[in-house]
Amino acid sequence: MQKALETLLIGLSTGSIYALMSLALVLVWRSTRVVNFAQAGQAMFSTYIGFEIASRSQIFWLGLIFAIVAGAVLGAGVDYFFMRVLFKHANSGPAAVVAPVIATLGLLGLIRSIVGLTWGGEFRAIEAPASKDGYTFGEITIPFSPLNTLIIVTVAIILIILAILFQRTNLGLALRASAYAPEIAQLAGIRTARTRTIGWAIAGGVGGVAGMLVTSYNFLTPYSLDLLLVFGFIAAVIGGLESMAGAVVGALVLGVGLTIILNYVGTSLVFIGGFAVLLLVLLIKPDGIMARGKVRRG
Amino acid sequence: MTSEQVLSIRNLSVNFGGLKALSNVDINLHKGEVLGLIGPNGAGKTTVFNALSGLVTPASGSLELYGRNVKWPKPYQLVDRGISRTLQGVGLFPDLTVSENVMLGASKFAKTGFIQSALGFSGKDEEALKSRSQSTLERLYVGGVAERKAETLSYPDTKRVSIARALVSEPQILLLDEPAGGLGAQDIEWLNGLIRHLRSSTSIIIVEHHMDVVMSVCDRIYVLNFGEIIASGDPETVKNDKNVIEAYLGTHSKARK
Repeated sequence: MQKALETLLIGLSTGSIYALMSLALVLVWRSTRVVNFAQAGQAMFSTYIGFEIASRSQIFWLGLIFAIVAGAVLGAGVDYFFMRVLFKHANSGPAAVVAPVIATLGLLGLIRSIVGLTWGGEFRAIEAPASKDGYTFGEITIPFSPLNTLIIVTVAIILIILAILFQRTNLGLALRASAYAPEIAQLAGIRTARTRTIGWAIAGGVGGVAGMLVTSYNFLTPYSLDLLLVFGFIAAVIGGLESMAGAVVGALVLGVGLTIILNYVGTSLVFIGGFAVLLLVLLIKPDGIMARGKVRRG
Repeated sequence: MTSEQVLSIRNLSVNFGGLKALSNVDINLHKGEVLGLIGPNGAGKTTVFNALSGLVTPASGSLELYGRNVKWPKPYQLVDRGISRTLQGVGLFPDLTVSENVMLGASKFAKTGFIQSALGFSGKDEEALKSRSQSTLERLYVGGVAERKAETLSYPDTKRVSIARALVSEPQILLLDEPAGGLGAQDIEWLNGLIRHLRSSTSIIIVEHHMDVVMSVCDRIYVLNFGEIIASGDPETVKNDKNVIEAYLGTHSKARK
């Protein structure tokens, strides 16, 4: 019983970070119809900025804020200076489908090289904002730590802010409408090019938080967020790629699922488990577990 | 009727690849006027709307709005220029509530910028837009469904909501694309009344297949066939025009989709 509870809590903590990455991918997918592989690079760059600030100021949260801002600026920049131009030039035929995705892979490589040249490839650590030692109850120490709690709380706050932004503000309404049918949104007076850039900025900021949180209990290298991208992507697919709520649910399911495998089956099967889930979902329910069986725009 | 022109299209031509969708079309709309745009399927009626709303790029032609020469607007500039358009097949966002659908059309009244809105400083705006949407919905007798998702509405109600979204920006020019399509006799009667009532505040161009509607509400009618205007004038003149009768009755074999 105790082990089951531990597994659930650790799974939620892990899954909540996946949720942020998954959300970042879904936000870009909804607005641009691109699977953004560069998201790992964007998050990594933002985390390096956050790491610089956090290690100089010794304040993790200041680093987190800078990571959000850096992520948002970079995300907006990628859309404005890169995607917009790309869509202008490759706007029809197979090129229009393939070019943006390949371009995000190229961008990932580019960001990685720039980060490598600037910060080098060695392992960096950010001092965690809370203890990584598990809570102790009498004689028993569980693996779930104050840091895990803090991660869950931080993610919950970010999700609440996003939910309010999307559900309760004009901007959120414009973002939802532009994602669903840009042409109709434009006719209603919405500048969809601008809302798209804002979508990329929000995704970038959210990715920055994910990077900082992962790094707080891990380490940072130009490659350290690749796995986060993979699991974020799997979570997004489980949630159906379209839905933000789906992205979060998918990530929590994945986080708990992988922790069950880790705790009850074996470490070596975690990766296989993740990919098996991805393939199963794609084969059985390609629209994701949240799909209501209707087709949105093509 | 005043003769003040609010919209004037000169020599509009649109090509789709090698196909001439519109050639040298001239259309004038006066203040408070209700203009009908009719013609067989594929005549180019909706293409006129698409050119006006930036969804297709004209090969040639000029546009005058409120007496001034302007560039053809981009889709998102339409509302700012005082033009609203409804779409054939409604064009609502099924996942959004009715109220949200209409609020989208009112976004030009929002005062806060994107950044402030993102930071949550736009509460007043949202309230103002919401009450604006609500009163527009009530004008169209669909105030009671404001909080329902658009996908749950009956077809006639979705038509009313899409007109509400067009009206909420208080347009000077309203483009209605087949507003009567798919409606029953009672709803069509209501629509006729609405259009007659709206002309006091806005000038209207209607693309419509329902001849009853066109003949009863329009002051003037332009008839398009194969991308050219073959006749224009008041309903009576147009009804008896030889070219028009031929286009509608005699060219079934030539008519293209």
